[in-house]
Amino acid sequence: MSNDAFKDAETLVEMKGIWMEGRSDEDWHPIINGVDLTLRKGEVLGLIGESGAGKSTLGLASMGFCRDGVRISKGSVMFDGIDLLAASSEEKRQLLGKRIAYVAQSAAASFNPAHRLIDQHTEAPIQHGVMSKDESEADGMELYRKLRLPNPDEIGFRYPHQVSGGQLQRAMTAMAMACRPDLIIFDEPTTALDVTTQIEVLASIREIVEEFDTAAIYITHDLAVVAQMADTIKVLLKGDEVEEAETREMLSHPTQDYTKSLWAVREFQRPQKPAVITGSTPVISVKNVTAAYGKIDVLHDVSFDIHEGRTVAVVGESGSGKSTTARCITGLLPPRIGSIELDGNPLPLDYRKRDRSQLQKIQMIYQMADTALNPRQTVGDIIGRPVEFYTGLTGKARRKRVEELMDQIELPASQFIDRLPSEMSGGQKQRVGIARSLAAEPEFIICDEVTSALDQLVAEGILRLLADLQDKLNLSYMFITHDLATVKSIADEVVVMKDGDVIEQGPKTEMFTPPHHAYTDLLLSSVPEMDPDWLTNLLKERGVDNIGDAAVGKIT
Amino acid sequence: MSGLMTILIALAVIAALGYAFRLAGQKLTNNAPMFRDMPYAVAFGYMLGLAVILWAVWTYIKAQFLLPEAEANKYFYFVVAIHAFIIFSVAAWVFRVFGRAVGTAGTRKLFRQMPLTASFGVLVILVYAILAIFAGVLAPHGQEEVFAQANVVPGGNPALGGDPAFPLGTDQIGRDILSRLIYGAQNTVGIAFVTTLIAFFVGGSLGFLAATLRGWLDQFLSRTVDVLMAIPALIFALLLITVASAWVTGWGLTVAMVLIMALIDSTRVFRLARAVGMNIVVMDYIEAAKLRGENLSYIVFREILPNATAPLLAEFGLRFCFVFLTISSLSFLGVGIQPPLADWGTMVKDMSSFINYAAFAPQVSAAPLLAASAIALLTVAVNFVVDWMLHRSSGLKE
Repeated sequence: MSNDAFKDAETLVEMKGIWMEGRSDEDWHPIINGVDLTLRKGEVLGLIGESGAGKSTLGLASMGFCRDGVRISKGSVMFDGIDLLAASSEEKRQLLGKRIAYVAQSAAASFNPAHRLIDQHTEAPIQHGVMSKDESEADGMELYRKLRLPNPDEIGFRYPHQVSGGQLQRAMTAMAMACRPDLIIFDEPTTALDVTTQIEVLASIREIVEEFDTAAIYITHDLAVVAQMADTIKVLLKGDEVEEAETREMLSHPTQDYTKSLWAVREFQRPQKPAVITGSTPVISVKNVTAAYGKIDVLHDVSFDIHEGRTVAVVGESGSGKSTTARCITGLLPPRIGSIELDGNPLPLDYRKRDRSQLQKIQMIYQMADTALNPRQTVGDIIGRPVEFYTGLTGKARRKRVEELMDQIELPASQFIDRLPSEMSGGQKQRVGIARSLAAEPEFIICDEVTSALDQLVAEGILRLLADLQDKLNLSYMFITHDLATVKSIADEVVVMKDGDVIEQGPKTEMFTPPHHAYTDLLLSSVPEMDPDWLTNLLKERGVDNIGDAAVGKIT
Repeated sequence: MSGLMTILIALAVIAALGYAFRLAGQKLTNNAPMFRDMPYAVAFGYMLGLAVILWAVWTYIKAQFLLPEAEANKYFYFVVAIHAFIIFSVAAWVFRVFGRAVGTAGTRKLFRQMPLTASFGVLVILVYAILAIFAGVLAPHGQEEVFAQANVVPGGNPALGGDPAFPLGTDQIGRDILSRLIYGAQNTVGIAFVTTLIAFFVGGSLGFLAATLRGWLDQFLSRTVDVLMAIPALIFALLLITVASAWVTGWGLTVAMVLIMALIDSTRVFRLARAVGMNIVVMDYIEAAKLRGENLSYIVFREILPNATAPLLAEFGLRFCFVFLTISSLSFLGVGIQPPLADWGTMVKDMSSFINYAAFAPQVSAAPLLAASAIALLTVAVNFVVDWMLHRSSGLKE
């Protein structure tokens, strides 16, 4: 699959000197600065970059489409000899959906919840007069079968909420294929999915794209994913093209510094700390906790200890009970059976019954900094409130402490103290969230997927910061994550959870060396690697039916 | 029948013109995107609009310059409407230009982004506020002052029964309508404003409380509100005011009315505050505040309230209009603001019989419509402003 294979193929999309601008307040700000893009028939182009790099905007522009408040100020977009920017809306209507299709990041938000999947599937072929309703339905079922959806003949008659996230994403890919388009734009189709689900979706997308020889633009910020999918990779940074090369070439010999730094991110790793002295009192001890939402138990007899200055990573897929465990520790969800101990003393189960010093010692950092920080408070107030609340400092003393804390999280106070969360980037917001928890001077911090909403470079910065703070302040972390790369870099001990049970626990080095529990093994093997042959080899090794959710079902 | 035929023929001509317009546009501009992608319905709309404007201009010229006075009287209100439209548009435009040039950087930016409708709304609200606050100074006469000249026709033209001393005329017992309109702003708008404030305070705090605490309190409050909302508002208000009038009279009745209206309207506010509050309560920063051990009032007033201001403010504008219309309706029915206080609703009611003169002496029939248009103008203005605020808070760009 080298680039040469496409040299002779016809050019499908040619974008030349694209400049795009977005409107905010009253001015137009540049989003894309003169990027060229060429896509040949049957080629898969990976577009990578941080959030805000303009990947999605450029991807949409290749369909001749702009979001609200965005415009193409200069450049041309040719699709198979048609100038998309000059084409009439009638001409575009003939192309979109029929020859160009789009797969959105969140299939759950993109399907109309009021219609059945198959009805949405057949809409495009019927509207464009490609197929009749019956033909299109039969074809839809065939596509569902190809994408290995369970019960392909029936699943189409369900409503979107009756189908899981990974299945929905595949149904959406099938929908994009309905008219056998020449070009599909995949906009982060697997970002919201668990690793084991992701691998299934990746395998099916790759297979179907190859089978119909469809050209695709694959937008993602995950390098390992793009290495599996793309023939060519284009790296974007703040609207500028950094470099473009054939996938293997790009992975082995990146020429630009920025690309090299992206590649290096995954190399951050902390040394494993020595084993805990037996008999020492753990900071937090979760003892035989069984907890329920309503009448249904979601945690079954969960026990683990977290010692001073250590990081315990709790790993598992969505629905495995990681966050529920955190809610039990913080007291938001009092366990039905079992207890939580802080420094050897049992804590009241309900947070309302805990006294101030107990609340102070356990702090939390949230996944989504957007919802974790009050959008109407300035950074100074967000960090200052816990300072005032727990230590009683006011006025100048409070401000001084806030400045100290901002110093610790490496945000200059002079520049940021009066800003609102909306005026900061994702990584900066996450740092403020860290400062807020530090302001309470805690012993133990729960980090709930703190890096999963961030770009890799930014996420690495946050991980390094957390590691430094742990060394300086002797903090203990419970690190909830589904990303095993994060676990590798920061954890001392690992707890693997599945369906509310602890499947395996132990020191990191032990966990990452075989033999594993079957489920741990599946999790580990599902993490994409930078090797472009990884998916191909894995599929060869395990077979299509032994990856992803299908395999999870087999583990009992 | 011939009327119907005329309309059908006119529509057919407009339809043909619409087609020709689009075709000509495409040919003349060499397929510019605007004409090329124009759906036929839009082209038809352009021509229909053009036809309406031409008709309006022609009618205006006829009524102003060509027809004898008796005939022209038929178009009296049409001419007034055209004048008002032009004056208001120019005033709104001038006001916006003024706002863009004067003030702090923040307000100037606000005015730059403002559509003309919103600047019109802001202007009208400002004028009403000034009139209401300085009514005592601005009104030429007192609201209770009775003159010998009763039933003076508005317009101040002696030939038509007017009197320059009373530019907007007098009512049946000889009170100056202009003064009563100005005092009416104070009474009607002031009372509506106070009522809305009380409604928001009660409904808002209870709504947030229900959203934060949930459980039996939420159930109790919500079901009570459901029961109250099940009774038609105006009839319920009438009923309660009738009950109240057994105990209190005069001023006391007005206070009772304010409280009753506030209670009824607070149910609507409760619903909104609860719904908005529920969306905010699930946010992680509320959880963080709870886990910090913050008390209820901090969570409600410092964490939830600042995030709910945009929808609440928009609702405040709309709710104010409803309260104000309801008070006018109550006054019209005779149980609202009690004489001798001037009130727009009462004014419309007292002079409503003049409407019968509209066909042959439009100036005479204008007397009740003055108060009615004062009500209409404020309602429209507030809605324009609220629309704009909603548009801003929704973050739409186009």
